[in-house]
Amino acid sequence: MTTPNYSLAELVIVAAAEAWRHDGEVMATGIGPLPRLGTALAKTTFNPALQTTDGECFYTSEPVPPGPRSHREPEIEGWSPYDRVFSTLWGGKRHAMVAPVQIDRFGQTNISVIGDHAKPKSAMLGARGFPGNSVHHPNSFFFASHTTRAFVPGEVDFVCSAGYNPARYLNGKPPAGLDLRIIVTELAVLDFGAPDHAVRVVSLHPGVTFEQVQDNTGFPLVRPDHIPTTPAPTAGQLELIARLDPNGVRKTVFKDNPPAIAGLHEAGHERPRRTQDRPAHLRDRHPGPL
Amino acid sequence: MLDKRMTIDDVVAQLADGMTVGIGGWATRRKPMALVRAILRSGLKDLTVVSYGGPDIGLLAAEKRIRKLVFSFVSLDHYPLDPHFRAARQAGLEVLELDEGMFHLGLRAAAMRVPFLPTRIGAGTDIIRQPVFRTVRSPYEDGEELIAVPALKLDAALLHVHRSDQRGNVLTLSPDPLFDELMARAADKVYVSAEKVVPTAELDMRANARFNLCERSLITGVAEAPFGAHPTSADPDYQLDLKHLKAYVDSASSAEAWAAYRASFVELPPEHYLEAVGGLDRIAALPKPVY
Repeated sequence: MTTPNYSLAELVIVAAAEAWRHDGEVMATGIGPLPRLGTALAKTTFNPALQTTDGECFYTSEPVPPGPRSHREPEIEGWSPYDRVFSTLWGGKRHAMVAPVQIDRFGQTNISVIGDHAKPKSAMLGARGFPGNSVHHPNSFFFASHTTRAFVPGEVDFVCSAGYNPARYLNGKPPAGLDLRIIVTELAVLDFGAPDHAVRVVSLHPGVTFEQVQDNTGFPLVRPDHIPTTPAPTAGQLELIARLDPNGVRKTVFKDNPPAIAGLHEAGHERPRRTQDRPAHLRDRHPGPL
Repeated sequence: MLDKRMTIDDVVAQLADGMTVGIGGWATRRKPMALVRAILRSGLKDLTVVSYGGPDIGLLAAEKRIRKLVFSFVSLDHYPLDPHFRAARQAGLEVLELDEGMFHLGLRAAAMRVPFLPTRIGAGTDIIRQPVFRTVRSPYEDGEELIAVPALKLDAALLHVHRSDQRGNVLTLSPDPLFDELMARAADKVYVSAEKVVPTAELDMRANARFNLCERSLITGVAEAPFGAHPTSADPDYQLDLKHLKAYVDSASSAEAWAAYRASFVELPPEHYLEAVGGLDRIAALPKPVY
């Protein structure tokens, strides 16, 4: 077996970038290094119209690399104070890929608390901008650790972002702007494209089986007849990713920066592990509105 | 001549137990920390605190001054989970949890003196299952059911600005004005701490008009407080102090650690604070963090 010359992180970046392919001229927000590099890859290849920020209140002409910026200051092309972020997102001109703590079969997610809201077992951030984002613009998700703790049975502990859950619809109608796109994990790419917006597997990363993804998901997944392998990064994409991430921040997301090699996920091999025990959302520095 | 100058302790003396107090800034940006520390030194308690939360919330929570917290998040950015806030929350601190934008609409409703503003924010989530929320039906043909975000009326707002004159003409010079203007408009009384109180001419308002947060008629009191946002940033004057933030986070490790932090950084005259946190040269030289 030949060893692919790309890492799991790079595979995830390429899969994440696809989220913004057909979005046109919108604000692209990726929370955590891999989704953020996904916005950068999309912007520098198939969707140059995307607007990305410096993580604070300026739009930059080129994507800003994660980590130290010793090389040069980015060129600023526009202003995006937090107030304007809300105006933008309420207008629907944004697509965010965020990294929640929990997600359920409806696509509802949680970053607020584990346990009871009044007296939580674990208090996390608070709902941040999730409720508004979820009903105003397209949203995608990234999970560095696809487990039944993240992909929960039933509903998430505190529903921060809306999903395709008729029991919660006002007046029996789904919220007007609800538009959930893809879920990228270290095992697979999923979406909400099955009947009634059920979650289905879109592609499996090299060496991963449907059963493995299902075993690590707390609700039933829809299994298409044919599930392709997640496309490998091209040589050109790998070169570009290296330029977009000169500090190598992508190499720190999964323990030991494993290759996306066939067989790695099989029994007897240690599963890729994220480097910290907290989902990206609770770790990454994103000072502005989420 | 109109003169709104007072000390930060004078500001706190204007507040009363049980008040609803808005605290300006956002997470680690332009928080009126000198005023928050003055509250800790006072006996003020049972506050309903409304804040885009940062270490302001952790400090007040650590000293049990908050009866109810109205928030969307409490974040230290580089330490995303504030341990003081977490401990209070996990012990059952009463909260009203809002979406960030819903928070903004609640302040705007108060500023407009209407009881609520309609939105889709919250639809389909647990946010609107909190008992305060009601829905409202569009009276137009669409008949859409919307969330009525209740006005977030504040008894007082505490804000930190870069410059003010004695009449309360203020400038916030950072690249993002955040939501302090809305907070000012939602409040009955607005108290600002200012890096510098200067003669009106020095505001150079013709050049700086776009940094003028709001009209002076909203401002009740002005307290000069150099480095009054520390350890949060007042960019461009100074940046977030990550080293101090670590000391703040570590102070949640035990009752002794908190007592030591309190003694070192809270229980001292404001004019001694800068020396206690490393002196002017160190704070002025703090690097801008990257995100």
